[in-house]
Amino acid sequence: MSDPSMTFNAGGDDAGADAAPAQEAVVRFEGVGMRYGRSPEVLRDINLNLAPGSFHFLTGASGAGKSSLLKLIYLAHRQSRGLIHLFGQDVSTLARGQMPPLRRRIGVVFQEFRLLDHLSAFDNVALPLRLSGEAPDQYRRDVAELLAWVGLGHRLHAMPPTLSGGEKQRLAIARAVVNRPDILLADEPTGNVDPEMSLRLLRLFVEMNRLGATVLIASHDQQLVRQSGMPVLHLTEGRLVCG
Amino acid sequence: MTAEASDTQSWAAWRPAPLLPLADGRDRALAFVVATLCFLACITVFCLLASGRAAEGWGRELSASATVQIRPKAGETGSDAAARAAEALAGVKGVSEAQALDRAAAEKLLEPWLGKGNIPDDLPIPHLVTVELDPKAPAKLADLNAALTQAGIDGVVDDHSHWLKDVTRAGDIARGLALGAGLLVSAAAAAVVAFATRAGLAARRDVVEILHLSGARDSFIAGLFQTRFALLAARAGAYGAATAMAAAAGLRLIGGDDGFTPVLPLRWTDLLAALPCPLLAAAVAAVSARRTAMAILRAEP
Repeated sequence: MSDPSMTFNAGGDDAGADAAPAQEAVVRFEGVGMRYGRSPEVLRDINLNLAPGSFHFLTGASGAGKSSLLKLIYLAHRQSRGLIHLFGQDVSTLARGQMPPLRRRIGVVFQEFRLLDHLSAFDNVALPLRLSGEAPDQYRRDVAELLAWVGLGHRLHAMPPTLSGGEKQRLAIARAVVNRPDILLADEPTGNVDPEMSLRLLRLFVEMNRLGATVLIASHDQQLVRQSGMPVLHLTEGRLVCG
Repeated sequence: MTAEASDTQSWAAWRPAPLLPLADGRDRALAFVVATLCFLACITVFCLLASGRAAEGWGRELSASATVQIRPKAGETGSDAAARAAEALAGVKGVSEAQALDRAAAEKLLEPWLGKGNIPDDLPIPHLVTVELDPKAPAKLADLNAALTQAGIDGVVDDHSHWLKDVTRAGDIARGLALGAGLLVSAAAAAVVAFATRAGLAARRDVVEILHLSGARDSFIAGLFQTRFALLAARAGAYGAATAMAAAAGLRLIGGDDGFTPVLPLRWTDLLAALPCPLLAAAVAAVSARRTAMAILRAEP
């Protein structure tokens, strides 16, 4: 079990504890706990700093709280206690109207994809750009190129229900990265693709990180984690421990 | 790999698709309900216009005339007294015409109650004088009474003011009822749209959640539902209004120049009153859908 007071200063390649952050963290958790309704806490005493441009894997057994931790970061859920700062802003004091601009800076690959089944692959990927208010002429080519890059160039207008699991996953990843978010979160992003495609997608995440995004990937794929050589944050029974 | 490697260049012609799923069975049911409400609202407006016109016409007729019942003095026949009264009243300022009714004309007035040819010759019939008043400056009751007194005639003047009051009141009640019915129909339409918006948000929760997490504002998402239901209501309103206009036109054709019935003298121009219905339905639906969606979205974490 971890020391509840331990803080993971995860900056650059150094994910070691107690190292002072060189820059202001884009994600900062202080004593954060989270529960669903009246159930016991699924996350306990989480202290975490993610520096800008850092890349981490988040590992842990099923039910350890990986998805819950990501939900707190992408503002889908509120913490039960503690403080969360995103881009230097305390999210617990954020007015509802202040959340959308923050959410637009966060790209998320959901474990269950969460594609919009009534929209084509192209429309799904274009969604974040469209919500940012960009004109179609500005992003049409970018979306097509990204879809081609993830191997869906021949399925631009396919509807998600007609795609295979792997194709859906690649589509979900394309949607998450299309607007070059400052934070990129992924929940088991390689769970439905073959090893070759896993590496290809990992390269996409690394490329996004190289372009400045802070990347946090929740994954069971130990081989991918080892191959990446990136630092690991490990969750056990809702607590963050050294990877 | 570049976009050029894709099997088609169809992305160049891509246009953003609607963010909400296309209409489903629930929307069709809602459209039917809104169309029905719009039909009822239009019929109510037609009735309001026609009944208002009828009441106004009756009021105008009543206020533009008076009836004088003559009681002949001893030694004078009723006809002579009535003729004298007509002469006296014709000279009053504000009277256009005064005419003594002969027995045949008086009997005709009784026909609706007693039937044609059922009036015995010895039945005493009141001697009446009908007075047509100048509609611009009608003579006052006091002036008519004064003229009769001056001519030495015993008569009772009925200026229809009692009936006029009742007709005006009936017209006002009809207008009030139609207005109330119109408001009720509007409220029902708003409630139905609010209910449909709630159902729509619940059914498309996954869409709403992804839009939220992708950075859409509440007002943007509410706007999607507002547009969806406003367009639906506008289409349904057009159907409802068109059906009501067709029904009213049918009644007008059957009824001829006087309208379907003298009680509801409908004119062709009255049908134009249904034209704003789609716009009003869209406005009611837009406001209702937006308020409902915003209330639901604001209650979310």
